[in-house]
Amino acid sequence: MHLPGLVNYFIFFFSFAGIYAILALGLNVQWGYTGETNIGIAGFFAIGAYTTAILTSPPDPGHLGGFNLPFVVAVVGAIVVCGVLALLIGLITLNLRGDYLAIATIGIAQIIVLFITNEDKVTDGVRGIPGIPRPLSNVSPGAGGLLFLVLVVVFVGIVLIALNRLYRSPWVRILRAIRANEDAVLAAGKNVLRYRIESFVVGSIIMSIGGVLYAAFTRFVSPEAFDPIYGTFLVWVMLIAGGSGNNVGAIVGTLIIWGVWSGTDYLTSLMPAAWGTRGSAIRVFLIGLILELILILRPQGIIEERPPRLVDAGPRGEERSAHAPTPSEGTGGG
Amino acid sequence: MLLNVVQLTLYGIVLGSIIALGAIGVSMVYAILGFSHFAHGDMMTVAAYFGFVGVVTLHLPLPLALIFSMILTACLAVGIDRVIYSRLRNATPIIMLISTIGVSFMLQSLTQIVWGPSNEVYQSGIVLPYKFLGLRLQPVEVTIILGSVLLVVLLHFFLHGTKIGKAMRAMSDNRSLSQITGINTELVIIWTWVITGVLAAAAGVFLGADTQLNPRMGFNLLLAIFAAAILGGIGNLYGSILGGLVIGIVEEVSTIFIDPGYKPAVGFVIMVIMLIVRPYGILGGKR
Repeated sequence: MHLPGLVNYFIFFFSFAGIYAILALGLNVQWGYTGETNIGIAGFFAIGAYTTAILTSPPDPGHLGGFNLPFVVAVVGAIVVCGVLALLIGLITLNLRGDYLAIATIGIAQIIVLFITNEDKVTDGVRGIPGIPRPLSNVSPGAGGLLFLVLVVVFVGIVLIALNRLYRSPWVRILRAIRANEDAVLAAGKNVLRYRIESFVVGSIIMSIGGVLYAAFTRFVSPEAFDPIYGTFLVWVMLIAGGSGNNVGAIVGTLIIWGVWSGTDYLTSLMPAAWGTRGSAIRVFLIGLILELILILRPQGIIEERPPRLVDAGPRGEERSAHAPTPSEGTGGG
Repeated sequence: MLLNVVQLTLYGIVLGSIIALGAIGVSMVYAILGFSHFAHGDMMTVAAYFGFVGVVTLHLPLPLALIFSMILTACLAVGIDRVIYSRLRNATPIIMLISTIGVSFMLQSLTQIVWGPSNEVYQSGIVLPYKFLGLRLQPVEVTIILGSVLLVVLLHFFLHGTKIGKAMRAMSDNRSLSQITGINTELVIIWTWVITGVLAAAAGVFLGADTQLNPRMGFNLLLAIFAAAILGGIGNLYGSILGGLVIGIVEEVSTIFIDPGYKPAVGFVIMVIMLIVRPYGILGGKR
């Protein structure tokens, strides 16, 4: 492989890894902190991407807009649309058992993709929306990809620092308490539903930013990109592999799983052509296998959660009680 | 118009029977093992392909192919439990749920590896439908309805008439209590997976016979299956049957008013309304 090819691959690999890292960080707020099972990440991802496509692409009679607006507007737009949607979903489902949230989010993601596929007037259906401008691409010709990668890394950095600071806040302390024992938090007089909705909305907003970056990076969106495998399943495996509850773990897990996913793509491309379509299936199987092995052998993930130390608890901090990365289910809550 | 509604209701009963068979399985796993089995749709997919091997490769008639698929799917279900779920018995229900999602994608990809991504059918060519009073129904659809009724009746007698069936119901009521009264819970779990596999096989083969086979067929029905189980009250088998029929009929009849592409959304909306109004289901299930 000659040098320019290698550089392009490097840019491609890390841009995608950064986008996935943002999705994994969003999921970490929901699952890692609060124990909310959002199995519809692809839906929020899709909304972020399509909002960007419609707001920033040039006018096209084939779909709604485009409105030719700047990238910043797309970020704000995606946050607003996803935030409102997450709020509605949260109000309906978050006072129910975790299982119900899981099935409800699967449904919502499925309906969002159905909407994108069927509503030709808004999204141009299966044809998708091309020509999405990539920010910073006209700053320095030829280095557009690299500059965009820097932008992605900046976004990951901002989200990571914000979430790490937030982790020590009373807000996340209550989220983690809800995860560990919802009834106790209720008994302490906290409005559990409100905190769960807030956590769900914040996580979904972060996911939508992943969608914004995805649309600007690939410059094309179509319904098949938001398949549950790429949009939801990979993100879950990334977070669980890296360590639920740990933001750095989420990023490490993202890099490893994305590395496995991309690396096996290369390996399966070496297989005979007749096996072509089966290649990606083998990779999905492998990712599923990795998930099961982690759940059985190392449920806390590669980097386990490190709760903040008490200020007056000495240098080694307070002995952590069995915090189990397994959020409580709270069956007794109903 | 009325005739159209009646015709669609008939199709809805066919679809509802398939959904109900799936929902009973999901409900049983939830009641006895305590977690939501998100791999159920994909278990149905694999079962449909086992049926495909029976019909196309072994040239078996559909009922024999169904039994062939039931045996293999029951073995598959027990096998997955032995290899994966049994190692997670102490995990929380939500971790189990995530594990079943992993299994779901593994089964889906395995189907694609073994049988390829394209659509398959059990039987090509045109079969003349039965006609009566201006309504029409394919012979295979009659088989689906009658087969589902037969399976539900057999299940009822199994759960109420046999020792293992009674043990299953006991374990669903109170796991620790049934353990100290000497019930072999691991044996009950194996039997639960056998029954779940048999029902998933029927649902999958019927779905394949009614429409066509592809690696996503079961996954795409998962939402309707859970909607049915929740509608009837998850853990309540008779509720699941009722829920399945309601979801199946409403989804089919809704195509008069809205784009058929949104059929899965209709079942979902019913479920959401149900979750708001009566989260424990029509007939009441486990909370």
